[in-house]
Amino acid sequence: MKLAHGFVVAGLVLASPAATVGEIPLGERHSGYELMTPELRAMQDDDAANPGMLSVLDGEALWNRADGASGKSCARCHGDATSSMRGVATRYPAVDAVHRRPIDLEQRVNVCRVEYQQAPPLAFESKELLALAAYLGHLSKGLPITIADGDETRPFIAAGREIFELRQGQLNLSCAQCHDDNWGQHLAGASIPQAHPTGYPLYRLEWQSLGSLRRRLRACMIGMRAEPYADVAPEIVDLELYLAWRARGLNLETPAVRP
Amino acid sequence: MARVLINVPAKARRGEIIEIKTLISHPMESGFRTGTNGTMIPRDIITLFRCTHNGSEIFRAELSPAIAANPFISFFTVAAESGTLEFRWTGDNGFVQSETAELAVE
Amino acid sequence: MIRAADVLAAMTDRRTFIVRTAAIAAGAGAGRAWLFSSARATPQVMQEAIRAIVGEAVPQRGRITLDVPPLVENGNVVPLTITVDSPMTEADHVVSIHVVNEKNPQPHVISVTVGPRAGRAKLSTRIKLADSQQIVGLAEMSDGSFWTASADVVVTLAACVEPEVR
Repeated sequence: MKLAHGFVVAGLVLASPAATVGEIPLGERHSGYELMTPELRAMQDDDAANPGMLSVLDGEALWNRADGASGKSCARCHGDATSSMRGVATRYPAVDAVHRRPIDLEQRVNVCRVEYQQAPPLAFESKELLALAAYLGHLSKGLPITIADGDETRPFIAAGREIFELRQGQLNLSCAQCHDDNWGQHLAGASIPQAHPTGYPLYRLEWQSLGSLRRRLRACMIGMRAEPYADVAPEIVDLELYLAWRARGLNLETPAVRP
Repeated sequence: MARVLINVPAKARRGEIIEIKTLISHPMESGFRTGTNGTMIPRDIITLFRCTHNGSEIFRAELSPAIAANPFISFFTVAAESGTLEFRWTGDNGFVQSETAELAVE
Repeated sequence: MIRAADVLAAMTDRRTFIVRTAAIAAGAGAGRAWLFSSARATPQVMQEAIRAIVGEAVPQRGRITLDVPPLVENGNVVPLTITVDSPMTEADHVVSIHVVNEKNPQPHVISVTVGPRAGRAKLSTRIKLADSQQIVGLAEMSDGSFWTASADVVVTLAACVEPEVR
């Protein structure tokens, strides 16, 4: 195991998210899709066979369903999502004016529900919230991840990178040690991907259901024997933001299928 | 109501062999998994999938706990005549779901 | 003439072991009894399940093909396509297709009924495999004959096992 990232954390200068030692060169980045067997890739590519598409259909129905004291559906304000929402998922996590920090797509849906629909927020990992996120993500399928790289987002991208490179937990592992330094190699029979969030929420065979990036990050941390961040913790979104920025330019493939 | 995704060609030539793909949302809990408190999670699966065309059965599958969650089944049929394809899934805990799709044969 | 001993020997590999007793030879048409079995599948239980399907008939190798990846990243969702070589006419067609396994908690995977209206005896689904193992496919023809094929699948497991979620 290389020690590159243990060294970098000590001397990290948080001026701008420039490339540092150990980061995957932009041209060498690719989605975890490339590591899958032809059978799983076929499962993801076939909209009639991709189990995530069931959630996308649920999301479409929810988009058009009136909810909350307002009696409005998402469609009432946003209209036809196929045009109005195309490209939106590529920009998340994005800075929210009210929170004055980045929030992810699931949080954005809940902000909309509370403020404009006067509806209660949907629980993280609930079937409905996953379905709406899957629907919105799917509407941006094929479009490149485009995270704003400006004064507003830079401190949070840097915070996310710090977490990514931080050794944590009983195994004293950082995300970077596997996903920057050892991607493509095997961890107990499973290929280590570069960890780009190009397909979330995705259908994970291990879960036998659709799940969010939040869930995947928490599961990874548990696997590392580290204390996972709470769902509502800002650190999780900082990490999501860094991962999205790190994957900038890669195309969304929501809903992805992964082992 | 479980979400269902059915893929049938909109139209077919008479006598053409067409592929029908079906996908239904269902946990297919095998009954062999242990839950967090150590007790077995009870079985909850779809046990039977049937497809008829204008009332005649064209495909029947008996599913076991070994079928993966959100069962995907694709099969073939001869496009003999126009009409209604009816799909029916039944299973544990009184699970029943029916869907139809129209097939135009020329 | 095909001898029963030859066919059964061909069906097994060095890992399986057939116990040929009178009790196993009987038992055609077990119907839904397998749904309530609590016995863990073993190669022997799989052979019993096969016997329950074919009854007195002796399956011959061939005509049925199991298309399954030789190695899967996760046993929860294993794509499987079964194809049976048959003209699917009124006179000569596949009547039923069955798949059994040797290491899941119970031996059955799927049983399918088709007929000449299918046009093609081919189906795809996704199955669960608890461990690396052999699966066996059986096709029953309209003339009463049974045909069989097997496939070996290596199942790798996730590196980190998550606790049951939320």
